[in-house]
Amino acid sequence: MQELIVILVDGLVFSSYLFMVAVGLTVIFGVMKILNVTHGSFYAFGAYLSATLIGIYYATDLPEFGGFVAIFAAALIIGIVLGVILERCLLRFLYSRDEHIIVLATFAMFLVLEDVLIMIWGTDPYFAYQPVGVLGAVDIVDMTFDVYSLTLIGLSGFVGLGLWLGLTRTKWGKLLLAVIFDRELSQAMGINVTRVFLATFVIGAIMGALGGAYLAPTISVSPGIGVEVIVLAFAVVVIGGMGSIPGALIGSLLVGLSRAVAVHKLPEVELFVIYAIMALVLTFRPEGLFAPPQARKI
Amino acid sequence: MKFTNKPARAVLLAAGLAAAVGVTAGIAQAAETVVMALPNFLTGAGAPAFGVPSRNGAEIIIEAINKGTLPAPYDKSGKGLAGRQIEAIFYDESGGSTKQVTEFRNKVQKQGVDLFVGYISSGTCAAITPVAEELKMLTIFPICGTPRIFEEIDPNPKYVFRTMGNATADGVAEAKYVQANLPNISGYTGINQNYAWGQDSWRDFDLAMKQLLPSVPVSDKTQWPKIFSGQYGTEISALLLSKEPLVHSSLWGGDLEAFIFQGSARGLFRKKKLLFSVADTSVYRLGKKFPSGVILGARGPYGIFAAKVDTPLNNWFRKLYSDRYSTPPVGGSYQAAQGVLAAKFAYDKAAAMNGGKFPSTDQVIAALEGATYQSIAAKVHMNRSKGHQAATVHMIGVINWDKEAGEHVLSNVTVFQPDCVMAPAGVKGTDWLKGGMKGAKC
Repeated sequence: MQELIVILVDGLVFSSYLFMVAVGLTVIFGVMKILNVTHGSFYAFGAYLSATLIGIYYATDLPEFGGFVAIFAAALIIGIVLGVILERCLLRFLYSRDEHIIVLATFAMFLVLEDVLIMIWGTDPYFAYQPVGVLGAVDIVDMTFDVYSLTLIGLSGFVGLGLWLGLTRTKWGKLLLAVIFDRELSQAMGINVTRVFLATFVIGAIMGALGGAYLAPTISVSPGIGVEVIVLAFAVVVIGGMGSIPGALIGSLLVGLSRAVAVHKLPEVELFVIYAIMALVLTFRPEGLFAPPQARKI
Repeated sequence: MKFTNKPARAVLLAAGLAAAVGVTAGIAQAAETVVMALPNFLTGAGAPAFGVPSRNGAEIIIEAINKGTLPAPYDKSGKGLAGRQIEAIFYDESGGSTKQVTEFRNKVQKQGVDLFVGYISSGTCAAITPVAEELKMLTIFPICGTPRIFEEIDPNPKYVFRTMGNATADGVAEAKYVQANLPNISGYTGINQNYAWGQDSWRDFDLAMKQLLPSVPVSDKTQWPKIFSGQYGTEISALLLSKEPLVHSSLWGGDLEAFIFQGSARGLFRKKKLLFSVADTSVYRLGKKFPSGVILGARGPYGIFAAKVDTPLNNWFRKLYSDRYSTPPVGGSYQAAQGVLAAKFAYDKAAAMNGGKFPSTDQVIAALEGATYQSIAAKVHMNRSKGHQAATVHMIGVINWDKEAGEHVLSNVTVFQPDCVMAPAGVKGTDWLKGGMKGAKC
């Protein structure tokens, strides 16, 4: 029983991590039909700025819980600055191009941003462990968990719920759904698609940066952290269905829980599990679990 | 494009002549130097732990060689390699084996490189080895650890050397340390990255343990996280749930540091005995956050294990490195410097045997094969794999944070002689381990 509960908690924590890194990617794809490889850069830049701000904050005598403000500030700053720069200076010139060209362009930007990151922060790793210590640890079924990791479950739930409510219960969300269903018709009806694209890209960028910023206290923030994330995020998004937020949620849960079972019961296949699920899903549902069937325009 | 303007033609002609003169001068200058290529991870996840410290360590030694300021025993050996200045080309090892093989060929065929001293990844070393032999290019691997280089890929090497011990030595030293210090341990498990280095490290440690402590059970749920995964919450839970008290790990760099942060927050280092085979790379960076009480290795007499070695060469190296880079040298710094020193030793020795004239590559190879030379903190014996594989002493100890001194201290350090932990010449590491490590001189 203890092992079962531990697997469940581990699976939920890892699923939350997956959802945090995948949701921004799927939001951008859902609206803009862009497979955004620079999502890994948002994650990495978010982590670096978060670690920097946390370091600065905890060098002062301010209340220790205030360090969490640094995390969200880092995500907002990176998401807005990088998101606006990339969308305005690169992507808007490519919307009329083939999707493959856009993927290659974002991949090129990802490589450029990896070097920019090293130019700004160097190759030495950054550590920002203080927020983990602030929240301490808790015992669940005689197993110690750090509270910080558990809060990831709440944060991802909050993000998922916020996005869902924003999409289904607000005017902005309805405009967005209209653009998702038919870009040209939305434009013809007077929706400022350019502005919707910019807003969507920035929100996606903030989500990616938030993933990195929030995880920074649990990792060594060093060059290359964005690479691993982008691979995992793609796997989750493909499983759930490109552009589907519920799909990203279910995909994250499916992968996270399966991986937790594998690590506890058969560790040798841990690496295999994620991609096995992806292969299985794609075999029976090539568009992913939750992507709506695409209507063909005539 | 058509140029009809006479002044423009004159400018072009002048530029062409200038370029020609420049090229000629470059060739003339190149003839007076030894072009040394030094590939290391300068970007990506391998850079902070190994790549940059390796470049820094090599850079210090190369500068001193060129200026002729190396301390004893190299203080009377003159400037450069056999009198010629080293022209160093540092470049990035990132991008995978295919890219590195292409880059290797480019450096040899287009940039006139005379020798390579570098490569950190075992995967890259494995890919480069046959190409180096094919192109007849002197190549010194200072860091990568897989035994397969000379046991499977290139059993009869001529141009390829490795100037430090391989993963077999690490595994045997660790197992012998456990045998001596934790003989009554009730079981062991492991967490190692799921690629060549992690797999080789665990295999050799496990094989050695089965020989030395055959009654100690091994877990059937050893952990194999993906390299650079960075998230270890589930693995830490599995380790905490396992009944085995000893955990072996060859994690390094950012993976190791993430594991330490996540494990510390959950009390892993209080509840289990950790054995880190190559964690010295993170000791100085983490400072007091590095967990106390863990068993530590550095793959030989490097990094923190060399801190107390009192020789002119080591004292000079540590001081210069610390002053310049604001941190003491770690394993990679020592190992890369050791590789460059192998070149210094071999070129100078070959020149001396050649009547003082600059030696050929074959003469340099002959000088290094089977030789023993002084490295920064230990002697390097090139006495395995037909004189191409080094054997050095190995050191394992327990690390603790000294609050009063504000630094780490090592205790209960055991020094293993090369013939105690390395398979004898001509014997494959895994065969030696399975056969009970016959011939080991401890």
